[in-house]
Amino acid sequence: MRFEDEPVPGYPLPILPGHTSPGRLERVLRAGAFALTAELAPPDSADPEEVYRRARVFDGYVDAINATDGSGANCHMSSLAVCALLTRVGYAPVMQISCRDKNRIAIQGDILGGAAMGVCNVLCLTGDGVQAGDHPQAKPVFDLDSTSLLGIARGLRDDHHFESGRKISYAPRVLLGAAENPNVSPVEHRALRLAKKIAAGAQFVQTQYCYDIPLLRRFMTSVEDAGLLDKVFILIGVGPLRTAKAGEWMRTHVPGIHIPDAVIERLKGAKDQTREGLKLCVDLIQEIRTIKGVSGAHVMAYRQEESVAEVIQQSGVLAGRVPWYPGRDQQTEADRKSS
Amino acid sequence: MYSVRLWSVRHARGLAGFYQWFEGLLCRMHPLFKRIGYERLERPVAAVERNVKGLLFDCRMCGSCVLSSTGLSCPMNCPKQLRNGPCGGVRANGNCEVKPEMRCVWVEAWRGAERIPGGLAAIQQLQPPVDRRIEGSSAWLRVVREKSEAAK
Repeated sequence: MRFEDEPVPGYPLPILPGHTSPGRLERVLRAGAFALTAELAPPDSADPEEVYRRARVFDGYVDAINATDGSGANCHMSSLAVCALLTRVGYAPVMQISCRDKNRIAIQGDILGGAAMGVCNVLCLTGDGVQAGDHPQAKPVFDLDSTSLLGIARGLRDDHHFESGRKISYAPRVLLGAAENPNVSPVEHRALRLAKKIAAGAQFVQTQYCYDIPLLRRFMTSVEDAGLLDKVFILIGVGPLRTAKAGEWMRTHVPGIHIPDAVIERLKGAKDQTREGLKLCVDLIQEIRTIKGVSGAHVMAYRQEESVAEVIQQSGVLAGRVPWYPGRDQQTEADRKSS
Repeated sequence: MYSVRLWSVRHARGLAGFYQWFEGLLCRMHPLFKRIGYERLERPVAAVERNVKGLLFDCRMCGSCVLSSTGLSCPMNCPKQLRNGPCGGVRANGNCEVKPEMRCVWVEAWRGAERIPGGLAAIQQLQPPVDRRIEGSSAWLRVVREKSEAAK
């Protein structure tokens, strides 16, 4: 997909009628293409080149890159800074904001700052508890929760004021996202919780890993029954498992991860477990694509980021589309000249 | 106390009904409260509220009580103090991600809400973030005052 009004990298696209952001992700979603996003693991480093190196592995395969905000309550380069680096060269980041580390004063400042630097997508999260990460001795903030954060972000964008009511002079034009986990208790109420997030302002959703397709189908049916399908774009979380053992570890130690026994068995039975993990991920993407109401996939390939391109390529869900990356169009021009 | 907290959710219907009656009673006492002065009542009433709700709900005196919208399961007992629903880390057995021995307050909240008439509609209401200035103050007095003054 190539936009006619493609700007110089680092500058925003024009906002189309009916769109809330000048972002590529919103364009792809509203155009009805199967959208792909991937998670970038921020470096434990102050070197910007590390961020670019981690972004480049997704070139040509994803529509937006999620910059995590201390994911798993571990300390890394901040999500705002990663986004600032990415937007500089034209990438479309999804700025993740967790309520764990910052109060409403800091968070609102980050939303304005992020938007000023070209961030078009904000994912509002509660965040893992500090006990899960490398600094369990830290103070958990949780001044807001993900839903009230969505409401405040929407207030900034649509009503042009801070939570305090004080006016802002230029609103952040951002697409607002939320997370959902269809796998965990109370499963029967997850769609209702999503309804609440949508009422608060969520326009897109990126889910936790979904390895259990029947469970995901039931969730999507309940989302449809709640009348939410035309109100939100849902991107399903997927990711390759390196080994059966890694999967086993994840499901016992990482909060909110559900991996059915059948998946673990499938990996165990394979000669090359890592290969099988990638194949499983390809299968998952192809399967979720057929589920009604799914707008895309969110690939979280922790420490296997270099395999994301291959997984997406093999899944075939891009259907010949080449998502924008720095230099994509120059490449096209060069190809045209040589042919 | 944790066991009493779970008991309260199991008896959400009766307790919620009792609170309705109690709030009505307090509202009728509004003229008296006004004469005495709400500021003067704040400390003794907050002390009673802290003890009663502390026993029944493990109340943390956030001052912005939403128990009637959360099936009488106090969301301030959530380690993340989530006031709009559970996080994505709830364990398979319905217990908390952070405190594995504790029931998720939101799993409990839906159970309580199912028992209260109108509870499932109330739980879908969007809750604004807590006003940290009124932490420790009496939510009873605030609600009675606001309702009585709005009724005029």
